[in-house]
Amino acid sequence: MTSELDIFVGNTTLIDEDVYRLWLDGYSGLWGTVCGCRFGGAVVLDGRAGRARMSDAVALRVRSGILEQTGATAAVLQSDTMDHYRTFQMLERLLHAPPKLLHQLIFQIPPSRQALLIERYYAFDEAFVREVLGKKLSKGTKKDLDDISTKTGITLKSCRRQFDNFKRVFKVVEEMRGSLVDNIQQHFLLSDRLARDYAAIVFFANNRFETGKKKLQYLSFGDFAFCAELMIQNWTLGAVGEAPTDPDPQADDMDMDLDKEFLQDLKELKVLVADKDLLDLHKSLVCTALRGKLGVFSEMEANFKNLSRGLVNVAAKLTHNKDVRDLFVDLVEKFVEPCRSDHWPLNDVRLFLNQYSASVHSLDGFRHQALWDRYMGTLRGCLLRLCHD
Amino acid sequence: MPGKLKVKIVAGRHLPVMDRASDLTDAFVEVKFGNTTFKTDVYLKSLNPQWNSEWFKFEVDDEDLQDEPLQITVLDHDTYSANDAIGKVYIDIDPLLYSEAATVISGWFPIYDTIHGIRGEINVVVKVDLFNDLNRFRQSSCGVKFFCTTSIPKCYRAVIIHGFVEELVVNEDPEYQWIDRIRTPRASNEARQRLISLMSGELQRKIGLKVLEMRGNAVVGYLQCFDLEGESGLVVRAIGTACTLDKLSSPAAFLPACNSPSKEMKESPLVHPPSHGCRSTHNSPIHTATGSRLTQNFSVSVPTLIYTGMGSGSAGKEGGPFKALLRQQTQSALEQREFPFFTLTAFPPGFLVHVGGVVSARSVKLLDRIHNPDEPETRDAWWAEIRQEIKSHAKALGCHAVVGYSESTSICEEVCILSASGTAAVLNPRFLQDGTVEGCLEQRLEENLPAGCGFCHIPYDELNMPFPAHLTYCYNCRKQKVPDVLFTTIDLPMDAAVIGKGCLIQARLCRLKKKAQAEANATAISNLLPFMEYEVHTQLMNKLKLKGMNALFGLRIQISVGENMLMGLASATGVYLAALPTPGGIQIAGKTPNDGSYEQHISHMQKKINDTIAKNKELYEINPPEISEEIIGSPIPEPRQRSRLLRSQSESSDEVTELDLSHGKKDAFVLEIDDTDAMEDVHSLLTDVPPPSGFYSCNTEIMPGINNWTSEIQMFTSVRVIRLSSLNLTNQALNKNFNDLCENLLKSLYFKLRSMIPCCLCHVNFTVSLPEDELIQVTVTAVAITFDKNQALQTTKTHAEKSLQRASTDNEELLQFPLELCSDALPSHPFPPAKAVTVEKASPVGEGNFRNRSSPPCANSTVGVVKMTPLSFIPGAKITKYLGIINMFFIRETTSLREEGGVSGFLHAFIAEVFAMVRAHVAALGGNAVVSYIMKQCVFMENPNKNQAQCLINVSGDAVVFVRESELEVVSTQQPAANCQPSCTGGEVTT
Repeated sequence: MTSELDIFVGNTTLIDEDVYRLWLDGYSGLWGTVCGCRFGGAVVLDGRAGRARMSDAVALRVRSGILEQTGATAAVLQSDTMDHYRTFQMLERLLHAPPKLLHQLIFQIPPSRQALLIERYYAFDEAFVREVLGKKLSKGTKKDLDDISTKTGITLKSCRRQFDNFKRVFKVVEEMRGSLVDNIQQHFLLSDRLARDYAAIVFFANNRFETGKKKLQYLSFGDFAFCAELMIQNWTLGAVGEAPTDPDPQADDMDMDLDKEFLQDLKELKVLVADKDLLDLHKSLVCTALRGKLGVFSEMEANFKNLSRGLVNVAAKLTHNKDVRDLFVDLVEKFVEPCRSDHWPLNDVRLFLNQYSASVHSLDGFRHQALWDRYMGTLRGCLLRLCHD
Repeated sequence: MPGKLKVKIVAGRHLPVMDRASDLTDAFVEVKFGNTTFKTDVYLKSLNPQWNSEWFKFEVDDEDLQDEPLQITVLDHDTYSANDAIGKVYIDIDPLLYSEAATVISGWFPIYDTIHGIRGEINVVVKVDLFNDLNRFRQSSCGVKFFCTTSIPKCYRAVIIHGFVEELVVNEDPEYQWIDRIRTPRASNEARQRLISLMSGELQRKIGLKVLEMRGNAVVGYLQCFDLEGESGLVVRAIGTACTLDKLSSPAAFLPACNSPSKEMKESPLVHPPSHGCRSTHNSPIHTATGSRLTQNFSVSVPTLIYTGMGSGSAGKEGGPFKALLRQQTQSALEQREFPFFTLTAFPPGFLVHVGGVVSARSVKLLDRIHNPDEPETRDAWWAEIRQEIKSHAKALGCHAVVGYSESTSICEEVCILSASGTAAVLNPRFLQDGTVEGCLEQRLEENLPAGCGFCHIPYDELNMPFPAHLTYCYNCRKQKVPDVLFTTIDLPMDAAVIGKGCLIQARLCRLKKKAQAEANATAISNLLPFMEYEVHTQLMNKLKLKGMNALFGLRIQISVGENMLMGLASATGVYLAALPTPGGIQIAGKTPNDGSYEQHISHMQKKINDTIAKNKELYEINPPEISEEIIGSPIPEPRQRSRLLRSQSESSDEVTELDLSHGKKDAFVLEIDDTDAMEDVHSLLTDVPPPSGFYSCNTEIMPGINNWTSEIQMFTSVRVIRLSSLNLTNQALNKNFNDLCENLLKSLYFKLRSMIPCCLCHVNFTVSLPEDELIQVTVTAVAITFDKNQALQTTKTHAEKSLQRASTDNEELLQFPLELCSDALPSHPFPPAKAVTVEKASPVGEGNFRNRSSPPCANSTVGVVKMTPLSFIPGAKITKYLGIINMFFIRETTSLREEGGVSGFLHAFIAEVFAMVRAHVAALGGNAVVSYIMKQCVFMENPNKNQAQCLINVSGDAVVFVRESELEVVSTQQPAANCQPSCTGGEVTT
């Protein structure tokens, strides 16, 4: 006796959250090699082949103890799993454009379930996103997914879904004007949190920030996403608020690209380290203000010129794409690592950065106060986030 | 020019990409009705075209309005080559033809293509202006309402129930050998869809004409079926019950949620029908059989069984003065009818007087080509023959009417089994005719109808019974005789006194048969049929006894024919009727009594059976009150009484000898084990696993013993096909395979729906077919309805004391039960205690509870929810309007089966699409639910070698508008909700 066909269709589409997770995680619903070990006696007899086989997804459900809970048999579980998998496969096409899921007529799904389907489909693994963050979302990267899968232990199928999600969101919002987060939310119906994460991913992919270097490994996706949000808010064209009136259709995308003019202007900051008087004055202002307040005062005093040179030079180099990509590497090398080697407490870093930024306002000879604030305001936030172990 | 049809094409959305180069589509629409076609402009380069067309107007006869569907074709414009069809929408405009239903059809319809399935949607508005036409020779029957529901629809009142209407139309099938032919894609299947649409329109119109002739205004219990006869053509046939219905002007009073919705009928006041004077009685089929045609057809009529208790039928005689009078009266009302049949399964109060038992007839026919489609007399004659047989069976049971009547066919190659079945009954004549037959008898009739048991009383004469049966005085009223077991095809009457809960009972059977041709084949089949009927009947009886119950409702026996086997599947809902005697146990008798080990084995089996019966009684809460002899005081013969008492003793003991003595040959149900076959049978009895804790199932509308439904419902269809390995094709192996198939299917359903516990699967409808040599296909459609466990302490009005008893035991029993079973060898109740267990006992009454459950977390969905249910009602809601019948036929085909996920992927997608199209049509009519939904056909064929598959699905139901009772609540909170809610008084306070 072989089951040739076995389906269940409800007027309201049944969604099993656990099975959905297995499907998203890329476990096969079809007969295949059982991942991990065999599970006590729970095998399905496939009559046609005459061998005992069980799909990965079913094996995992068995392992969750569902058979004991419900008294069902493995065959029932297999049939149930396949029904859900078929449903998910049919839904996947709609999930690629979530508004379609809301308007389609084929599956009657309560709104709360629709939201759950979308949110989970677009959720991603921290381990995976760290591997591709800042990489070009191209075929080339897609080829590396095999290695990423091996490295992270995430199934290739799941890697592909996550990568395709990144790419799809990127493609849709790439050419769009207006707020990046809003655009993502509108076209993919994601929660605010997830939309912000995607904004960061898209922003990093677009600017190709290097995040994979060994010295950046200690940083989490959250760290980068935090920085991305600050940079989108302050350093892009959209941030200035001039773009909506910009009649030039060739203008840069507002939230995705850094404001080129701003980057050019950053060269002007060089005077802060190039002009020796200005540098000394800056140092003395900071030191005066912080004396007795910092635990690492002497280290700071000794290192001030190096740190300041580092920060200002990072700014001055941002005209080159190559240096934009290395922004985080530079920040870690020029600022985070020196602080770390001298064991600066986070609070001291905060006090220093506040004072370092504010003191510039008292430098009479310096004329680029607004520019400095736009640069340093964001950088200060980023640096504080980057300073951890 | 009696009608003007107006159509406006508004917009399209989600269209497929038809031009690969631009990734866009240049779509336009053709609107066709009859022979007239209009076109919209081409909307260039868009997947969401906005045509916003003018009103296309068709001036047509109302006859055409009824027959023709509106055809909407969406095409992609191509300058250089032929335009590509994207897909089609067929809209049945019948609902617009009667005043009370929908006034406009407007909404998004899925664009359907037989190869690609749904490809986007189109927004269409349809209106009809109907001019009154009093032409008495007219061929149209506009205005006759059709209902699939097999009871009087909720917002109507039956003035007269006229009776049986039937009609069939035949045609050549544009395509039946799809796999073998070379053809242009989709062309012939589209022709087929169009033809069937046209034929069912025509059929409906003709049925309507008959109804008008009978001076009715509606058809209730309308059942339309297709016979795909292959080479010999396509038959579309329909049966129904003609009625005169009155719309209830003021909405019926508010019903508390705890009430079973069917009680609503109570509110329809019984008014004597107005006298119509002389009436045409011409409702016979138009076509009469001609002898010459008949002789060409080989036909075998199969002797059929009459199911009441046991035994088969023979002619009965009149007897008893009261019965004779009653009979006379009903007879006069019914004799004008050729076939006093009713497709209804639930009736207005007082309509059903007595129930005799199930009557059925089958006949095996050889199909040949229908030469002249305009004169389908052969098929008419076949059915007339069968109906005649049913009628005479009913007569033998002392009944003049057949209720719960249905007809079906099973076709394999050129052999066709025609089946008809129903329940012989005696009806109250006052619904059937005008006032002329009503006399002083009326009063007497009323007096003699005790509530809750009247229908169980035998209609036939006890001294001259049509078959051997055991009669006792009714356990309820003690006045009339009742049989020991009652089988019926109808729903449980709502006033029936029932003890405990009911359950789904199935008999499953396979019989091998030799492959043969033509006459030889038909003979072989007709030789097998009586044995199958007998075995199905025995199985049903055994299983019923095993459940400790004494009556079956909703019995449906399906016999399907295949190349090399016959399958029988009977489904029914078993209940314990308070009026009927306690069923005796099952006793096993061995053939070789001297063999010690054998004896031991037998007694072990006996013990197992007794245990199962006891367990089932507990599970279904069957605790009939012990009746002491003093109370009885009726002239029931002594010996019978003693045997009953003895039996109840012996049930708890294992002493076989005592059983033998007390039961005698007559009363006990003795299973003789004389060979391995019989052993198998007994084993198979015990393999049926009860549903897991928290689940109940039945194939009737409502579950006896549960009437506190909450509003969550889930209708579903499940299909399974298994391939038998040809090596072990013995009857036993077949039976086991088939049994496993059905049991596994049920297990899967319970698993899938576990989140709805506590819930009941209602209207579980199994159909079995044999699409190919070694394939068995089982299709199940049912609805799962949640109920509130804490309100299961519902009273049955007529049995106050019983309910008290139940109320005290209800909760403990349900909780104890899983524990008890765990220590047992039988598979236990595996599901963890349901969530509702934790709900406090003092929780507020129904409305409060289900309001919480029903309200969706967010309501910003753009697509309105359409509920679907095979039941005639929606729990916790009130149907306010019937919008018309939904009767849809779809074909889906593929030439890339593997790419579409194999057979399962293909059919899964198709059924989902069918649901979507039904929902869209209902929504466009302005409705929010389909009731009495049924999937009448699901014919699946595959040719894996060619990577092809094809499926035909036919569904129907009634589109309705319903309003949640919680929304009505505002209006009617003042009305007492607590009068039916004794266990929950004061619950309101806790809210």
